[in-house]
Amino acid sequence: MKIPLSWLEEFVAFPKEIDAKVIEAALVRVGFEVESIESQGQDLSGPLLIGKVVEIEELSGHKKPIRFVSLDCGEPEKRQVICGATNFASGDHVVVALPGAILPGNFKIAARETYGKTSNGMICSAKELGLGDDHSGIINLGKNSDLKLGSDAIAGLLILDTVFDVSINPDRGYAMSIRGIGREIANALELKYQDPVNRISIEKYPENKKGVGVKIEDAGACSFISIRSVGGFDSTARVPIWMRRRIEKCGMRSISLAVDITNYVMLELGQPLHAFDADKLSGDLRVRLAGKDKELKTLDGVVRKLNESDLIISDEKQPLALAGTMGGEHSEVTEKSSRLAIEAARFNPQYVARNSRQHILSSEASRRLERGVDAAIAQYASARALDLLIELGNATYVGSSQSGTVRMPVGVEIDSKKISNLLGMEISVKEIIRLIEKIGCLVEIRGEHLKVTPPSWRFDLSHYSDFAEEVARQLGYEQIPSTLPTGKKGAALSSFQRRKRFTASYLAHLGFNETYNSPFINQTYLESLGFSGDRAKTFKLLNPMSEEFPSLRTHLLPGLFLTAQRNLGRGARDVAIFEIGSVFRNTTQLPKQRVISTDKRPSADELKEIYGGVPKQPVMVCGLVAGKIQKDGWNSKGANFEWGDAIDLIRNLLGEMVNEYEVLPSDFAPWHPGRCAEFRVDGKAVAHAGELHPRVVANLNLPERSCAFGILLSEVPYSESHKALAVSPMTPVIQDLAIVVDHATSNQSVLDVIRHAGGPLLERVELFDRYDKIESEKVSLAYTLTFRSPERTLTSEEVAQVREQIVATLKTELGGELRA
Amino acid sequence: MSINKGEISEAEKSALLAISTARTLEDLKQIKIDHVGDRSALARCNQGLGKLEPNDRAEFGKLIGAARAAVSKEFEAKTNELEGIRDQEVLIKEKVDITLPGNKFSKGGLHPLTLLTNEICDFFLGLGYSVAEGPELESEWLNFDALNIPVDHPARTMQDTFFIEPRDSRLVLRTHTSPVQIRTMLEQEPPIYVICPGRTYRADELDATHTPVFSQVEGLVVDKNITMADLKGTLDLFARTIFGAEVKTRLRPSYFPFTEPSAEVDFFFNGRWVEWGGCGMVNPKVLKAAGIDTDIYTGFAFGMGLERTLMLRHGISDMHDIVEGDIRFSQQFGVGGI
Repeated sequence: MKIPLSWLEEFVAFPKEIDAKVIEAALVRVGFEVESIESQGQDLSGPLLIGKVVEIEELSGHKKPIRFVSLDCGEPEKRQVICGATNFASGDHVVVALPGAILPGNFKIAARETYGKTSNGMICSAKELGLGDDHSGIINLGKNSDLKLGSDAIAGLLILDTVFDVSINPDRGYAMSIRGIGREIANALELKYQDPVNRISIEKYPENKKGVGVKIEDAGACSFISIRSVGGFDSTARVPIWMRRRIEKCGMRSISLAVDITNYVMLELGQPLHAFDADKLSGDLRVRLAGKDKELKTLDGVVRKLNESDLIISDEKQPLALAGTMGGEHSEVTEKSSRLAIEAARFNPQYVARNSRQHILSSEASRRLERGVDAAIAQYASARALDLLIELGNATYVGSSQSGTVRMPVGVEIDSKKISNLLGMEISVKEIIRLIEKIGCLVEIRGEHLKVTPPSWRFDLSHYSDFAEEVARQLGYEQIPSTLPTGKKGAALSSFQRRKRFTASYLAHLGFNETYNSPFINQTYLESLGFSGDRAKTFKLLNPMSEEFPSLRTHLLPGLFLTAQRNLGRGARDVAIFEIGSVFRNTTQLPKQRVISTDKRPSADELKEIYGGVPKQPVMVCGLVAGKIQKDGWNSKGANFEWGDAIDLIRNLLGEMVNEYEVLPSDFAPWHPGRCAEFRVDGKAVAHAGELHPRVVANLNLPERSCAFGILLSEVPYSESHKALAVSPMTPVIQDLAIVVDHATSNQSVLDVIRHAGGPLLERVELFDRYDKIESEKVSLAYTLTFRSPERTLTSEEVAQVREQIVATLKTELGGELRA
Repeated sequence: MSINKGEISEAEKSALLAISTARTLEDLKQIKIDHVGDRSALARCNQGLGKLEPNDRAEFGKLIGAARAAVSKEFEAKTNELEGIRDQEVLIKEKVDITLPGNKFSKGGLHPLTLLTNEICDFFLGLGYSVAEGPELESEWLNFDALNIPVDHPARTMQDTFFIEPRDSRLVLRTHTSPVQIRTMLEQEPPIYVICPGRTYRADELDATHTPVFSQVEGLVVDKNITMADLKGTLDLFARTIFGAEVKTRLRPSYFPFTEPSAEVDFFFNGRWVEWGGCGMVNPKVLKAAGIDTDIYTGFAFGMGLERTLMLRHGISDMHDIVEGDIRFSQQFGVGGI
């Protein structure tokens, strides 16, 4: 909310030495963020005069409308200026900067030749004078102004002022007013404060059932409403300049006297008011839910479809206003209105919030009412409005009606010791009472406890922690000491957290770069990559950021592809990237969730329901290598990352996690159907690695033979720590063995046979050569065998025996022959 | 065969002479054969020892030993000298430009958000906190209801929160990591000391300072006698760890539905106060929803954006660099060495 210092000064006695910086610091200290401080008029110097438009000559033949305007500025001669705005007519009063004036931004005004004329000054807009953002036209003070022609506009328009833009937290509705913020500043700086409500008399306007009547039909929706009626109002009466300027300084526009008065009172006291044209009403007003009423045309000209549960004000015939949110066009106050009904109500904040949310309509009124306004202020605010209508618009009082009761905040008992304990500092009971009283509470001492009755504007104070905040805020949070909790628990990362850290660090050390990719995805794109089944079942967002990516990812590779493309597009030649993250697969029917109370811990069944409604979200690691992992050097060729490297990498990674896994050929998309390995642990597929499908690679424009891998990290079980084998210091016997088998026989199956037949003396077996050009359908696989005994040096006879056993088994099991 | 002292001293003298006049390592090879090896004069003298009278053996043995030691010493010294000369000449020719690159290793990097997360978790692990994590697709009850965020709260509008189809599944992409706090309180008895890092979502357009997908870290402590002073002290230490020992912090009153009292935590940076995160004492309504006895326990909670922390600490001016996955960006941060 924008707060002009000049308005605050009416209620807070500021001594000279307190300047804007001091006030800003005080506001921040008590919890009001100051977004900006505008010193209006500081960099503005005259002559700036009030002038009247005498004659307008429209200059044609220019790209935009240009006016040559003759002005009466109270000078002996008329003054002519060029003006590009058109929001004025002859007889209107305007603000004229004369040559020699300097406007904000060091904009010097001088007489100049332009559009073939001599312009002797400038008619100013609000923005040009540094009074706001309005640059839609010049400041038009209307045909009958209370400012004298030729008088100084800087003084007349009350330009010199300081305006604070303060952001108000949702629990402090009362502070969305000069009254509320004034009280906070006065408290924070220990200054004298005059409550503006004290000077309002409601006795003048007793409830007499005359004028427009009112009835609350839905008691839960509104606790109290007051309607006061006046007659004989002069709708054409002008808005006095002080009122207009205050409204403008607060960031609103001056509209007409009746509307301006309701806004002025709202800004001053925080209570939104609405003025109805009483001649347009049929019978009494009602506060009720829209029910069967279908639509309402609001003041902004929009025809709104009403929901059954919208809170509205109606008369006996039709809906008139979206309660607390915006008035309707039908009963709008116009230039012809003379009988007015002024509404001031305390609606249930939740209903106003819902109105505002349902209709995506946030107004000055709804922002206050949804935060909650002072429970006791409605009658005072409408009385204040009547004072102004009578004083400025010649209205006469007709009558007042009301419905509901003023519901005050309830008193609570608190233990002041708990406040000290919560804040971690010793504060005396006396001091606590003083601070709580400062914010307007009534405090009685009841034995060990305090009975506190909050003021009518504080509905947020019900627990000792609420008062702890008030106490700390008044003292200043900087008074709170700095300590550390003394209780402690031992802690370590969980196995899964360690696994994620290890995996990321392992890949980074191998030369991979970690990325965080967007989890939003397009179903068609996903399917075009070959993802199907569970891996293509996406969750759809109700409100995606873009229609292009309306779903959640089911796999990390699609995101890595886009990131690889971006890197390649920016000139990278080779990319090795990975991501660790959650994936979302829509594989189970989502149960319909009830709203479960938060008054106490949910029951076991309720908890089951809450947890059961959240789908499982596996965590994966996926990597992509597009191009070389080892770059070409000045002295040697680099190395491509190939399918085997991807598979090896997963062997190593998975080998860190589990003691045993199986590796099987797989035709899993988006991998190459003949160059992909599936890794299974306990029979369950947990990882894939290999070369990407050539068509996918081509479509994505990635380097040929790009490779990828993925592990479902959260699905890989944890192995028990393995039993360490003793290392034998005996001399090994190392022999080579080349075997010819069918082309289709895998290395793995040969290895399995050799290991099995080799028994305990065979320590290691490694493939060192593969030759497939001996004869059709055959391939030669050559292995290095390392034999070693844990306790003695092996004899050549012993080794020969084992080797024969291996060769024999290879023949019987795989039809393998020793290579000649 | 007999030996006399003159012979020994002659052999030593000629060996030393030969060594001293050697010019190359090749010369030394021949000298080794002639004067040091098994067929050298001194070796032959040594072999003759056995034939001497036992009385003479000791004396001659000593003489021969001394002579051989002297020769060996000189030989080694000469070898060192000549090898040094050889190294000077030969190895100098093998000199390379050591600024040329090798090409066996590629530089990888962890994302700076991961590095920062690890750094923060390690700090809190040291204080005895556990690291708690939870699902990103979360129930509205855990993300909002239990945190005292009522149904009509502005945070629940479509402008702020991503909802999942169908609406009555009450599933949202979590808007903060706070549901992890609720899960922790539902699943563990106090004392609770946890730090919750993770990805979070809000329907903000990506620009220089906003991203719809971002990262948060939150802390939660629930124990007996936990005070706001404890919160302040913890944040002070945290800020000093992340931003340096000189950093000043301040708490400023604010509002969050899930804390009471609530505060913003600011730190003084480049001559001004910068907002870092939100914090406060856990609202008793939140403790109650999680079934914690508010007569016995109090707690504090705090939370900050990791992207913002990273931007402030490293002078990153554009959020795009953090979210786009350009490896040139993360490579600057390496793998977290120090």
